[in-house]
Amino acid sequence: MIAHLPILQVIIPLMAAPICLMLKRTQLVWLFSIIASGLAFAVSILLLQQVMASGVISYELGGWQAPWGIEYRIDKLNAFLLLIISGISTVVLFAAQTSLEKEIPKDKHIFFYVLYLLSLTGMLGIVATGDAFNVFVFLEISSLSAYALIGMGNKRQALWASYQYLIMGTIGATFILIGIGLMYQMTGTLNMHDLSQRLPEVEQSRTVLAAFAFVIVGVCLKLAMFPLHLWLPNAYTYAPSIVTAFFAATATKVAVYLLIRFTFSVFGFSFSFTHIPLQTIFMALGLVGIFVASTSAIYQNNVKQLFAYSSIAQIGYMIVGFSLSTVTGLTATLLHMFNHALMKGAIFLALAAVIYRVGNVELNNLRGLGRQMPLTMAAIVIGGLSLIGVPLTVGFVSKWYLLMALIEQGWWPIAVLILLGSMLAVIYVWRIVEVAYFKEPLNKNSTIKEAPMSFLIPIWVLVIANIYFGIDTRLSVGVAEAAAQSLFGVAL
Amino acid sequence: MNITLALMLQLTIVIPLLSTFAIVVTGKYPNLRESVTIASCLILIFLVVNLYQGVLAGESISVFWWELLPGLSISFDIEPLGMLFALIASFLWLVTTCYAIGYMRSHHEKNQTRFYACFAIAIGAVMGLAFSANLFTLFIFYEVLTLSTYPLVTHAGTEKAKKGGRTYLGILLTTSIVFFLLAIVITWFVAGTLDFTPGGIFTDDVDKVLTGMLLVLFIFGIGKAAIMPFHRWLPAAMVAPTPVSSLLHAVAVVKAGVFTVLKVCVFIFGLDLLAVLPTTQFLLYLAGASVLLASIIAMRQDNLKARLAYSTISQLGYVTIGALLATSSGVIGSSMHIAMHAFGKITLFFCAGAILVTLHKSKISDMRGIGLKMPITMGAFFIASLSIIGVPPTGGTWSKWYLMMGTIETEQFVLMVILMLSSLLNIAYLLPISFHAFFPKLSRFNASASSTKSLENRLPIFDIKEAPLPSLIAIVVTTLGCLTLFVYPQPLFELASAVLTGRE
Repeated sequence: MIAHLPILQVIIPLMAAPICLMLKRTQLVWLFSIIASGLAFAVSILLLQQVMASGVISYELGGWQAPWGIEYRIDKLNAFLLLIISGISTVVLFAAQTSLEKEIPKDKHIFFYVLYLLSLTGMLGIVATGDAFNVFVFLEISSLSAYALIGMGNKRQALWASYQYLIMGTIGATFILIGIGLMYQMTGTLNMHDLSQRLPEVEQSRTVLAAFAFVIVGVCLKLAMFPLHLWLPNAYTYAPSIVTAFFAATATKVAVYLLIRFTFSVFGFSFSFTHIPLQTIFMALGLVGIFVASTSAIYQNNVKQLFAYSSIAQIGYMIVGFSLSTVTGLTATLLHMFNHALMKGAIFLALAAVIYRVGNVELNNLRGLGRQMPLTMAAIVIGGLSLIGVPLTVGFVSKWYLLMALIEQGWWPIAVLILLGSMLAVIYVWRIVEVAYFKEPLNKNSTIKEAPMSFLIPIWVLVIANIYFGIDTRLSVGVAEAAAQSLFGVAL
Repeated sequence: MNITLALMLQLTIVIPLLSTFAIVVTGKYPNLRESVTIASCLILIFLVVNLYQGVLAGESISVFWWELLPGLSISFDIEPLGMLFALIASFLWLVTTCYAIGYMRSHHEKNQTRFYACFAIAIGAVMGLAFSANLFTLFIFYEVLTLSTYPLVTHAGTEKAKKGGRTYLGILLTTSIVFFLLAIVITWFVAGTLDFTPGGIFTDDVDKVLTGMLLVLFIFGIGKAAIMPFHRWLPAAMVAPTPVSSLLHAVAVVKAGVFTVLKVCVFIFGLDLLAVLPTTQFLLYLAGASVLLASIIAMRQDNLKARLAYSTISQLGYVTIGALLATSSGVIGSSMHIAMHAFGKITLFFCAGAILVTLHKSKISDMRGIGLKMPITMGAFFIASLSIIGVPPTGGTWSKWYLMMGTIETEQFVLMVILMLSSLLNIAYLLPISFHAFFPKLSRFNASASSTKSLENRLPIFDIKEAPLPSLIAIVVTTLGCLTLFVYPQPLFELASAVLTGRE
């Protein structure tokens, strides 16, 4: 059993998805999905333990040996990601049943869970696999189900948002496919580990350069890096709230993972950062992204959209850390992936609760909610403080590492810019605080009550995680640091 | 013995936080809620006094809580300066609570439970800040203090309060995150430690330009010290209810700022390094300008609380100057000034609040003749003014004395003149208030005699209408404090001079 953990990680949600269709009763399907996702979470914990204890796990699918067969290769980096994805997915699912009642017609609930599990499968698969073409397959599984999930939103704009995402996502996936194809042409292998050994021989060729360019641009489209982020705000805003919470916390992280995996493991550190001015380009785009997206966030009146822009800005932080191409920088990026998942998970779940009670999340309708839904709003405030990077929250930990990484390289001006960027977060978070706590409720007689327990429990699990991992950083920092070091160990 | 003292140290932080819960739980019963507050004040004072005795006995008291990031821990350690700060803050918390009960009730403020709860968190943060053993711990409590006082500043919930709160949070968070945090990260990177160490943590071969810039970052980043141009938050915070202004914005928050400045100067840079840094002189003049400008602005304020706020900015400049002078008398003067100014300013704010509650006046121009109605309050106001100015028989004399000594020792004659000028300005903007209050007829500035007459008709002499009793008691206590500190400054002086020599 233990030996088969890598494949179980992916196969559990994959098999669970069609079973959902047979179960017929929504309540049952919901419970079943939680169990499936929970099992995946348990598997990811075991995997992480195993990897931390004894190093890389290689699993040959169907017993076919590595360069020919598909290999699942779990190292510290993807074990960490698997933990984030399956963990968030499980917590979010707890609130799904209640949230869907108001947002999706009853007859579609079962399909929702099916798609949700497929999307989860896709993400876990992308992360777990050690085969470049397999990445593309899982990317399509997760993307196609994502398009459908976003299209389920109850506003008509949801369809348009989903279509936008479909176009951009397909371009991205195609680019990645072209890149993988070019690599295959040059090396004759699809196994990542094998690729990394064969690419250096041919790295001077234009084909490899083109492959690199295609892969990077494709991945950057998926991770919504500025200026390729245009699909994201609408997709997050109009998708069903549960989907937003799940995707905001995980989907872009998967793309960031791919970026790291391709640049560091497949193409290799020296190729990615010395032959090509990736550092300058990414640093600049990351910074511009932080400022443009944070400023856009300030001007949004739909709170979901506001935090969607904030997500793009947060990706900017990850990109800046990544572009430093140092161990500390990469640690900062990995930490921020973990931490940002916790923050955004908490915030978007809380927004789901607001939608459940109020109907929408226009800023004006949040008036006076600080009194009517104290626990939900407190969760948003704590999540917001974490975004700002206040000490004792996870946001502080990632900011600290990012600053360390920048100063280590002597990039002081960038450090100042990063800090100024987080001040923009103060502004957009405080707009919400002021409306929620200082304005009188829109309709004085309205009897908006606190969100039901099915929301409060998962929300506060995430909020407490925000604080807990802000204080006890052994797990997050330990794994992130080890993963970053091992990536450099491979590369150098 | 050591274990119990260490426990007490932790309790000083935990008790206020626990009392927050108790306050929230008992929120429906005001009497019970306020008893809880007072009880926790008393416990806190008991703990702090015990710790003080421990420090006097030469015990070293330190606690390690948790390693947050590798090498960066939350830990506490008592040294004389922190002890001094904790003593003042805990004592004045009791007094202020007493005052607040009278004030809040007679002013019929809403959300009193939230008020007392946030107040308790703020005091817990101050205790943590005072006892922190490294810059990292200090920073955490610094931010907790900022955030916990935000609901207090915006207590009224009006548009004006919201705007004030925005300025308050905007400036304090921006400076602390953009400058202070950056400075801490750089320090950590350069020195490899953030522990407060007597004599500083930088080695001799460290780049002077770099550390000079660091000093600038620190002084700007500690926005709570309200050095111009980062002082705007303090007047903005005056929209808060008066007890908040008096304790937090005359004592806890601003003193946390200058306390941090002192800590950084003495225990991070060390006086020897500080004296040779290229930017020290610039910052000294900046602080000097802040002292002078704030005094001049204070003269032009008609709102009593605003005038006191600018006066606070000016007085904070004194402490910063004392720290940057990098001599022992400067540091002693600064440490003592933290205490002296705390007592003086809190009294002034108490008086301002008492006038607001009983006579509903907030403008200085309306305050002619009120001394006849509120003799005790205005008498206290007079004595506290003397302490701020720094003349006998009040405590302010001593701290200003040492600060002057510091400027002479280091031959900073420009600063000496600035300090003297500022004291003159203090006289000009503080004394007329009590003067006019007691002698409305003699007032030179009185435009028309008739208005005085009508005022007199409305305010018959000896129709005494003082502040509510709890508030009045608080006023008297702090005024007596101002006087006592003149006659008996010994314990304070000992603590202040032990800051440099270390534990006895």
